[in-house]
Amino acid sequence: MGAVLAVMLAAAGCSSTGGKRAEERAAEAAEGRAAVNTPRWTFAMVTHSGDGDTFWDIVQKGAEQAALKDNINFLYSHNDEANQQAQLVQTAIDKKVDGLIVSLAKPDAMKAVVAKAVKAGIPVVTVNSGSAESKEFGALTHIGQDETIAGEAVGDELNSRDRKKALCVLHEQGNVGHEQRCAGAKKTFDGTMQNLYVDGTNMPDVTASIEAKLQSDKSIDAVVTLGAPFADAAVQAKQTAGSKAEVDTFDLNAKVASGLQTDKLGFAVDQQPYLQGYEAVDLLWLYRYNRNVLGGGQPVLTGPQVITKDDADALADYTKRGTR
Amino acid sequence: MSGSTAAPELDERLVHTSPLRKLLGRPELGSVVGAVAVFLFFAIVADSFLQASSFGTVLYAASVLGIMAAPVALLMIGGEFDLSAGVLVTSSALISSMFSYQMTANVWVGVLVSLLVTLAIGAFNGFMLTRTRLPSFIITLGTFLMLTGLNLGFTKLISGTVSTKAIGDMEGFDSAHALFASTLTVGSVEFKVTILWWIALVAVATWILLRTRFGNWIFAVGGEADAARAVGVPVIRTKIGLYLGVAFAAWVSGQHLLFSYDVVQSGEGVGNELTYIIAAVIGGCLITGGYGSAIGSAVGAFIFGMTSKGIVYAEWNPDWFKFFLGAMLLLATLLNAWVRKRAEATS
Repeated sequence: MGAVLAVMLAAAGCSSTGGKRAEERAAEAAEGRAAVNTPRWTFAMVTHSGDGDTFWDIVQKGAEQAALKDNINFLYSHNDEANQQAQLVQTAIDKKVDGLIVSLAKPDAMKAVVAKAVKAGIPVVTVNSGSAESKEFGALTHIGQDETIAGEAVGDELNSRDRKKALCVLHEQGNVGHEQRCAGAKKTFDGTMQNLYVDGTNMPDVTASIEAKLQSDKSIDAVVTLGAPFADAAVQAKQTAGSKAEVDTFDLNAKVASGLQTDKLGFAVDQQPYLQGYEAVDLLWLYRYNRNVLGGGQPVLTGPQVITKDDADALADYTKRGTR
Repeated sequence: MSGSTAAPELDERLVHTSPLRKLLGRPELGSVVGAVAVFLFFAIVADSFLQASSFGTVLYAASVLGIMAAPVALLMIGGEFDLSAGVLVTSSALISSMFSYQMTANVWVGVLVSLLVTLAIGAFNGFMLTRTRLPSFIITLGTFLMLTGLNLGFTKLISGTVSTKAIGDMEGFDSAHALFASTLTVGSVEFKVTILWWIALVAVATWILLRTRFGNWIFAVGGEADAARAVGVPVIRTKIGLYLGVAFAAWVSGQHLLFSYDVVQSGEGVGNELTYIIAAVIGGCLITGGYGSAIGSAVGAFIFGMTSKGIVYAEWNPDWFKFFLGAMLLLATLLNAWVRKRAEATS
């Protein structure tokens, strides 16, 4: 009875825009069957992601797509505490997986356990963070973005937009990669740049912090956030504070893409998370199948890719389905 | 017994109870039943759970939690909470690492300085509690927030980044590593030294609780502080002592983190204090104080370790991880309460 009522209500109040139906009409993310007949290997991916993280969800989607193609049994686990992440890698070793993908945001904590995996004969690919340590730990390849280079790209882009005073918003205390991004931007930026620390797990608090900063310093003309969800918080803060600052961000999501289209945002620096997950699985498959290793001992970079209004149209659909 | 028989009645304290009765009356009995149930469950659903190497991993996960759960259980029996315990572990590791590095001292100097400072923070908690008469929930919540800020602020101020500098190449590191973070290989299985620390701490805590005067005081202040004070129990000393116990365990855990990984991230540890409390509660401690056991906290930590790693061995979707963890803990605690009721009904 209640279900019937709900269906009737939903039918009576149709929306001609957006919603599930629009999503279905938009290009579907690829699906399908395995394209190879190699044995069904098991690859485990262990990251430093927190719960419900957009960025890592996209990485996972890429990895799952590659796993589907390569006939891989793909296991994903994550924890944002170094000690817990190391324990998860240990469980993968206990399971005797055929390949391991690890993010090295806290390299020192992962050192011993990654060495253990290598010693146990498990091929390791590092992903996203840890380009400096990857080789030393015995991984085949590192795939990701050099955070310093990405930061420098932001500084250059800010110069080309004639910005004088920028704010770098760090939302994850304890993340060395974030520090490198802001330091890189500071290096190439001709103007002055300040760091602002906010609590990324608490969105209203992020907005309020940026707002307070913009109100107290009217001369700030650029705000750089380090994650897509925070760009929106910065835009809201800017409007409340009545600031003229341009909001720019690292990473993409649907909201950032539409923000670029409507000039709410200046530019975004993408590191293509989908590619990081996809390539990590694919590289392990190539190693197991053909002993191929990519990169010639250097990290394989997936970014930075500066995205402006001109590129946003093409990417909007892909951000909606959650693969960019 | 009515009537006027001449036989003198036995004092109730001298009534002979059978060993089985004694066993049924133990606070940790319910959690032991829960642990067996969880173990059997994962043995059935996850094939790699029963490997010897996996057992080493599960025990390690349990020991990291259990080292803290034992003194937290004692504190809860004494009727108090410590919400700052999670970040205190990180503080302890940070102090140790940064002091050694900045002073270019032998790392043992940093380790001892860290012990003193950590104990001082524990004493501060206990002192504030007994002086202000505010609930420990509030006092330690304040300490928790202050420490979280201090961890980050000091690390950034001293090291220039959000993590400490590596001290792996300094004198004394290897011996400290051996004490706090070494690995013992038995057959083909690797056991971390934290498992020994855990066993030792639980043994000491149990001895204090059941065999010493201080143990009686803990039960007394947790059950009814005013009555305890009236019969001459030193309430203030007891509570400060309990906080010092938590601080000591936090120091051990902190040194383990430091010497395992050589570098400490300043933002970690938040949220772990609740896990310690959960482990103690699963082990039969009452939130209201006055009842519980140290062995129970160890069983609780073991259930937590089995569940958190068992879910991974069973290859369940990690999105649901926290849900399963919560459901498991709830079930274990319910089973625990049910067994206790049955036990009380038969005794």
